[in-house]
Amino acid sequence: MKIPSKVYTFLIFLFLYAPIIVMIVFSFNSSNSTGLLAGFSFKWYSVLVGEKDIMQALYNTLILAISSALISTVIGTAAAVGIDKWKKNWLRSSVMGVTNIPMMNPEIVTGISMMLLFVFMGKLIGKEEILGFETILIAHVTFNLPYVILSVLPKLRQTDSFLAEAAQDLGCTPIKAFFKAVLPAISSGIVTGMIMAFTLSLDDFIISNFTTGPDFQTLPLAIFAMTKKRVKPDMYALSTFIFVSILVLLILTNVAQARGEVKKNKIAKGDA
Amino acid sequence: MKKKLSIGNKVVASPYLLWSILFIIAPMFFVVYYSFTTSSGAFTMDNITELGKFTDTFLRSIWFGVLATIICLILAYPIAYIITQTSANSQRTMVALVMLPMWMNFLIRTYSWMAILQDTGIINTFFRKIGIGTVHMINTPGAVILGMVYNFLPFMILPLYSVMSKLDKSVIEAAQDLGGNRLTIMQKIIIPLSMPGIASGLTMVFVPSVSTFYISQKLGGGSFDLIGDVIEGEFQQLYNYNLGASISLVLMILILLCMVFLNKFTSNEEGMVI
Repeated sequence: MKIPSKVYTFLIFLFLYAPIIVMIVFSFNSSNSTGLLAGFSFKWYSVLVGEKDIMQALYNTLILAISSALISTVIGTAAAVGIDKWKKNWLRSSVMGVTNIPMMNPEIVTGISMMLLFVFMGKLIGKEEILGFETILIAHVTFNLPYVILSVLPKLRQTDSFLAEAAQDLGCTPIKAFFKAVLPAISSGIVTGMIMAFTLSLDDFIISNFTTGPDFQTLPLAIFAMTKKRVKPDMYALSTFIFVSILVLLILTNVAQARGEVKKNKIAKGDA
Repeated sequence: MKKKLSIGNKVVASPYLLWSILFIIAPMFFVVYYSFTTSSGAFTMDNITELGKFTDTFLRSIWFGVLATIICLILAYPIAYIITQTSANSQRTMVALVMLPMWMNFLIRTYSWMAILQDTGIINTFFRKIGIGTVHMINTPGAVILGMVYNFLPFMILPLYSVMSKLDKSVIEAAQDLGGNRLTIMQKIIIPLSMPGIASGLTMVFVPSVSTFYISQKLGGGSFDLIGDVIEGEFQQLYNYNLGASISLVLMILILLCMVFLNKFTSNEEGMVI
């Protein structure tokens, strides 16, 4: 790399990481200022553990992310398997068009449109306070689905369409053929979709803001409520903690993937 | 056997079809329905005629969104190109580094910018130490646009990188052989061929910028409200769902028009290349 390129790369990454560095540094600040450094301490991390609301929100967020990722993976994978076999006609293109809506629409519009649906339904069944866990779960599954479908479809296209037929010729029932032959071939796409769904759900604020009620708060919503007032460094501590967890998760999945590839290569070589 | 399979294909996709009708299409219908009714459900055009008073906000949102998108493009293009010029290993690392900040809650990242930009913040403390004095940065249009650029820059870098990394090197070599200098190659080969990446980057930055509501509240201090702030206010504070719905409807149509325009623009460009 030439020197101007190096300087430019450095500046861009400095820009991208400046607020994150600030946050990590101030999470260890011993005073409660988010502007002036006083000294090093773990104080805000211990404060954090004592905050019941935050811990409850963290728990809610994880439950929501796991369940919405699982549901959207099952529905989305089934949808991809079905759609993949459809002929290219108006039905297929309109279904794919609808699938793109949650990705192309501004998040705020997706959020309020679902809120309107829920509120209307709530009025219809005479339940005013309908917004809560069920509604936010539906919303999260909805915005996760396109990502699952779009990560599974390419994998299906890559797999041999005769794979299932071959398995059936060898005596599998259609269902067994799917689980034994097709599913292993598309598993990497399913896993990618599921991880994506999980992280999207974990981090979503805008759509959650409109589709849940006061009884079910997620972490981003708790953070939003906190930033309305003056922020104490405990929120920085929380974010640093989340940032480090995600970093570790990413590194672990990367290592696991790399190991898997090495194993695959070894097996392939052994076969040859 | 074949027939059974095709029925099976309809059946496995049916939960999704049902889901998308209920939770993607029906909500869109409700946006339209609420836009044209009063809170008691009677037909009205008032929500639409009342939109006039938000003209300034709409124009400001579009203007800020356009500026943020252009700045993102200018910043992202060189870095995406630089990344493609490095080794495969460092390409992977750098792409991961571009994506990593996105895994961090965007509220916190935006809030952290407040700590950097405010009058008692890090930059101004530094400025005062070296004798420049306080430069007022927070609660300005510049701060709002900076927040947008910061939050959505990866959405521009990633599609540009993915298009540029797939560019056929031999095309560039051929241009060099034919006597093209660096500028001509950039103009005639790299930029036209990266058009699809530019188009998707532009939409991926413009759509969230124009509809954002948190960034403008925090970094603009409430004096530069954008259309997202108005929608959020109608739903969460004023509880005027009907007016909120009509603003959202207009926002949705606006973005749709922008995308149609952008698609046209890029396909024309491709036509020009041929």
